[in-house]
Amino acid sequence: MTTDPTALAARLDKPAGPRRTSLDDSRGYRIFRVVNVVVLLGVVAVTLYPFVNIVAQSFSSEVFIRTGQVNLVPRGFNLDTYKLVASDPVFWNSYFNTVLYTVTATAISIVLTTIYAYVLSKHKLKGRGLLVGIAVFTMFFNGGLIPNYVLVNGLGMTNTIWAIVLPNAISVFNLLVMKAFFESLPTELEEAAAIDGLNTYGILLKIVLPLSKAVLATMILFYAVANWNSWFQAFLYLDRADLFPVTVYLRNMIAGATSATSVGAVETNAVAISANIKAVTMVLTVLPIVVVYPFIQRYFVSGVMLGAVKQ
Amino acid sequence: MTTQVSEPAAAAAPTGKPPKAPKTPRYKTTWRKAWKRDWQLYTLVIVPLLFFLVFRYAPMLGNVIAFRKFVPGGSIYGETWVGLRYVKMFINDPNFWEVFGNTMALGALSLFFVFPLPIVLALLLNEVRSRYFKRFVQTVSYLPHFLSIVIVAGMVMQLVSVEGTVNQVVRAFGGEPTSFIQEPDWFRSIYVSSEIWQTVGWGTILYLAALTTIDSQLYEAARIDGASRWQQTWHVTLPGIRPTMIVLLILNIGTFMAVGFEKVLLLYNPLTYPTADVISTYLYRVGLVSNNFSYAAAIGLFESIIGLTLILSANAISRRTVGTSLW
Repeated sequence: MTTDPTALAARLDKPAGPRRTSLDDSRGYRIFRVVNVVVLLGVVAVTLYPFVNIVAQSFSSEVFIRTGQVNLVPRGFNLDTYKLVASDPVFWNSYFNTVLYTVTATAISIVLTTIYAYVLSKHKLKGRGLLVGIAVFTMFFNGGLIPNYVLVNGLGMTNTIWAIVLPNAISVFNLLVMKAFFESLPTELEEAAAIDGLNTYGILLKIVLPLSKAVLATMILFYAVANWNSWFQAFLYLDRADLFPVTVYLRNMIAGATSATSVGAVETNAVAISANIKAVTMVLTVLPIVVVYPFIQRYFVSGVMLGAVKQ
Repeated sequence: MTTQVSEPAAAAAPTGKPPKAPKTPRYKTTWRKAWKRDWQLYTLVIVPLLFFLVFRYAPMLGNVIAFRKFVPGGSIYGETWVGLRYVKMFINDPNFWEVFGNTMALGALSLFFVFPLPIVLALLLNEVRSRYFKRFVQTVSYLPHFLSIVIVAGMVMQLVSVEGTVNQVVRAFGGEPTSFIQEPDWFRSIYVSSEIWQTVGWGTILYLAALTTIDSQLYEAARIDGASRWQQTWHVTLPGIRPTMIVLLILNIGTFMAVGFEKVLLLYNPLTYPTADVISTYLYRVGLVSNNFSYAAAIGLFESIIGLTLILSANAISRRTVGTSLW
């Protein structure tokens, strides 16, 4: 099994299935191919439409949005909403919180996942099966919302960064991906290093990790995107608005318009935050991901493959 | 995405993997010897192990509050044992049965629509000749997977709002605009469609990977036997990705009860409770909004046990009938 993400991605690009032959040029199949391209273009259009719609709204005037005139192109083009949101210190504070939580949580997760995965990759280790079992069992059974909440409260982590960065520090899926990667490394290197007098910590730091840059990068991406996007932990454990990540800020903004109190006065209620402000906040929240997405996508794909395909 | 062929299976059949450590003769190492040789590895494991014990196993034990009565100001794990009181409570709770029904309905609809569509999309992508076009479609269709659920909920609400795109289409066809997000009748459609939008592309990855492993000689043989393109798909391609399909199906069944808690929480409102409220959102309100920890914990425990039972039975059935299983 290839463990280099780029090699894996290349393998994915390889056309699978039957080769083209003259038999393929039957009329029916030619029609199918045209239909297929049309269907796939339809999938692309449907997938992209909500994005384009939100971006168009973010540049539009509220009036046009409220009368349902903004679809693909901004109407009443202006940058005022961007300026408005950008001048809001609360928004930037939330944004900064998101960055802080993402960086801290990702760092903790990477360290814990790496060392556990490394130990699990040592087949000679006594008790290894038990250690694997401890992790894997949690994929199928968990304590549930209430006991988790009681625990985090009981540990006094409410309204601290720890409630965000600790409870989900290790993802078992990522752990198994890393374990599979470490298992594929040649053992000779480590043995040679051991003979040269390096201890386990030295081998991990100086031999194994430098060989694992690809998988480490993949794991950092997995954790960073998950943390950037997460909102429920923060929603549950943080009460103070100055601690909110941007997702919770956004959630409160969106919920403001549809909460129980505003249901009666459907469209013209005063508490509703105007649609263009919501659109701008959404665009700004998703921007970092959309910008780096084309570059990181292949690593994700190969990471998923690494963890999932064993054949 | 958790698609692990779990440990025992992998250990039993390490086919195709590079040879691991040279086979050492199996003699029993005592713990004392193992510690002496590998103590550095064991010390490494302490912190991650603490993580699992504290944040994964302690909450499992914490479920005792489901059987104890909580008194404000007292211990968070309750003051007195009350046995199955809270279990009886939800069995007699009409709200519980409503949310149970909703959970089943949403779970079944998701399984019915969200599970097969990635297979269809993967098969269509597989017929694309141009590498670049295929790449392009894949890149676009993966994108929604990387969005926060909060953003997805925001987009959904915008699209189905009275002035949103969906209603513009309705108007164009002469219909009356509806506030879909406030209509119980529409909640399931909204939920399932947004779920499809967000997951279908990403779901194709594993199938596309499985497709690359099918031996092209099988296609040639089928063609020599006179198989049409469609027959090749039916008799070669689909059997080729069957193990992947089954593994993903088992995993889907395992998460049946845990239907998108966060998404429902973000999309529902009191008007749509009759169809939208699921077990997890109900227990969230009972437990954390109304502070009835014990009752909510009992519901949560019930939910987790059903989930575990579902995945264990799906796995067992699959192993007996088709020979593929998670472990």
